[in-house]
Amino acid sequence: MVFFCTLGVSAQDPKAANDSIKATTEATIAPVSPSVDSGDTAWLIVAAAFVLMMTIPGLALFYGGLVRRKNVLNVLMQCFIITAVITIEWVVIGYSMSFGSSEGILNPFIGGFDWAFLKGIHVSDLSPYFISHSQPTADGGTIGTIPHIVFILFQCMFAIITPALILGAYAERIKFKGFLLFTVLWSLIVYNPVAHWVWSGDGWLFKMGALDFAGGTVVHINAGIAALVTALMIGKRKYYEGHPTQPHNIPYVVMGAALLWVGWIGFNAGSGLAADGLAASAFLVTHLATATAAFTWVILDWIFNKKPTVVGIATGAVAGLVAITPAAGFVDVTGALLIGMLVSVFCFIMVGVIKPKLGYDDSLDAFGVHGIGGLWGALATGLFATTAIQGSYSGLFYGNATQFIIQLKAVGVTILYSGILTAVLFWITDKLVGVRAKDVDETEGLDITQHGEIAYNKAD
Amino acid sequence: MKKIEAIIRKSKFEDVKAALHAVDIDFFTYWDATGVGKSTEKIIFRGKSYDTSKINRTMLSIIVRDQNLEKTINAIITSAKTGEMGDGKIFVSDIEDVYRIRNAEKGPEALYIKGEEV
Repeated sequence: MVFFCTLGVSAQDPKAANDSIKATTEATIAPVSPSVDSGDTAWLIVAAAFVLMMTIPGLALFYGGLVRRKNVLNVLMQCFIITAVITIEWVVIGYSMSFGSSEGILNPFIGGFDWAFLKGIHVSDLSPYFISHSQPTADGGTIGTIPHIVFILFQCMFAIITPALILGAYAERIKFKGFLLFTVLWSLIVYNPVAHWVWSGDGWLFKMGALDFAGGTVVHINAGIAALVTALMIGKRKYYEGHPTQPHNIPYVVMGAALLWVGWIGFNAGSGLAADGLAASAFLVTHLATATAAFTWVILDWIFNKKPTVVGIATGAVAGLVAITPAAGFVDVTGALLIGMLVSVFCFIMVGVIKPKLGYDDSLDAFGVHGIGGLWGALATGLFATTAIQGSYSGLFYGNATQFIIQLKAVGVTILYSGILTAVLFWITDKLVGVRAKDVDETEGLDITQHGEIAYNKAD
Repeated sequence: MKKIEAIIRKSKFEDVKAALHAVDIDFFTYWDATGVGKSTEKIIFRGKSYDTSKINRTMLSIIVRDQNLEKTINAIITSAKTGEMGDGKIFVSDIEDVYRIRNAEKGPEALYIKGEEV
């Protein structure tokens, strides 16, 4: 998402600028007050619901199927409670911290508390954030075409899925209380500021020109790095032998990946905040990159392991979705094909070759897929962005090397911030309530020891 | 009366079932069994194939009258054999008594249906 805030810089997209000039001219003839565009709004309401579906049940099933049967409820519960708790956090303070504005030196870094509890935001307010569709206001400003509340909800779903992605790293061995405290702290202190940097009109990475259409940096690199740090800090699972444990339910993995694929259309094609050609283009490249990545993984499986695996095609699809996310509003079909093909190559090497050599235990490859896929996607945006999609954005292969350097900087900063802050917050959580489940609890399974329930009862 | 417990390859279950039916052994219990041993099974997960220590087999449990012991064992051995390591094992043990719950019939006659005996 590249948002233009009324308080921030003026629209860089010449087309949008032309539109607004035209609109302004018309406005002088017949003054009209800004109004809701029902097409844009209808699509964004649906898109927000799609993104919610990505976490529950999409990611919950994807991760739930990959763990052993004694831990499946724990994973489903983690996804579900993140949905509940982060929604509350978002309304109470998260939205304000991410998309609000603050005074003075903190302005580029954090949003402040003006919109805490969504104070002062009314039913009839229009979104101050917009990309391709905007309209002039009575006082000469520019404003979006969807209700402010719809934008808040759409963003809420992003805030939910990001900490949920991390749980793949420490799955099967974390104490539930520690997980919950860490998730809330991480959302407050890592997610909200990074979302402000990249997506708010005041954000310093946004002002630097970093491109992140739907969340490659904010969501996937952020969560992927946090995943690596937490996996290293919490330590390996008991009896970990350097390779993944067998997934207990591969049909769940497939259903989860399929729901992620469908939901991701809302994630990426909704991130233009309008029902227009840019949304259609984002849908196209998202779908194409995902298909390419899924197919590439199968080919790699066939070559190196002699068999096309089901978990492989599901993993490839998710890697493709991750990689195309930041690029979805900037690349064309060529970019999508290359991003999709190469992300599977990189992730395949990471989880199939490098991870087993290094020996760390990232249970469900949250870093190997989301971290690596996110890094590639963010850098690839700087390579393949083309003016054919949005007139004012291009990348290295289209003659704008500066964009690639900016992407590198944004990625580097996010890695450092997320890496360091995650380590500090995980350490604090460990001191306060403990993060590692007791050995006996881990061996017996987190379902029965943390929740008092069993997923698959043998007796009636 | 004897109890025959046989661990066989999953892939041989249908052959064994047919061979048992062919010698009129119509009643038995079976279930999936997992064990550990010298052989391993290859599993592929996300770009890497590795060996599991799990060996998946099917386990049969058959209670027969003494006169049917030999033909039952022969049927299993002939039908479950591939000649490779890991074909399985057969264990035979004594059964002290048998009761049919429906009519409290006791002893060997509780093992077959009258009029169909072989």
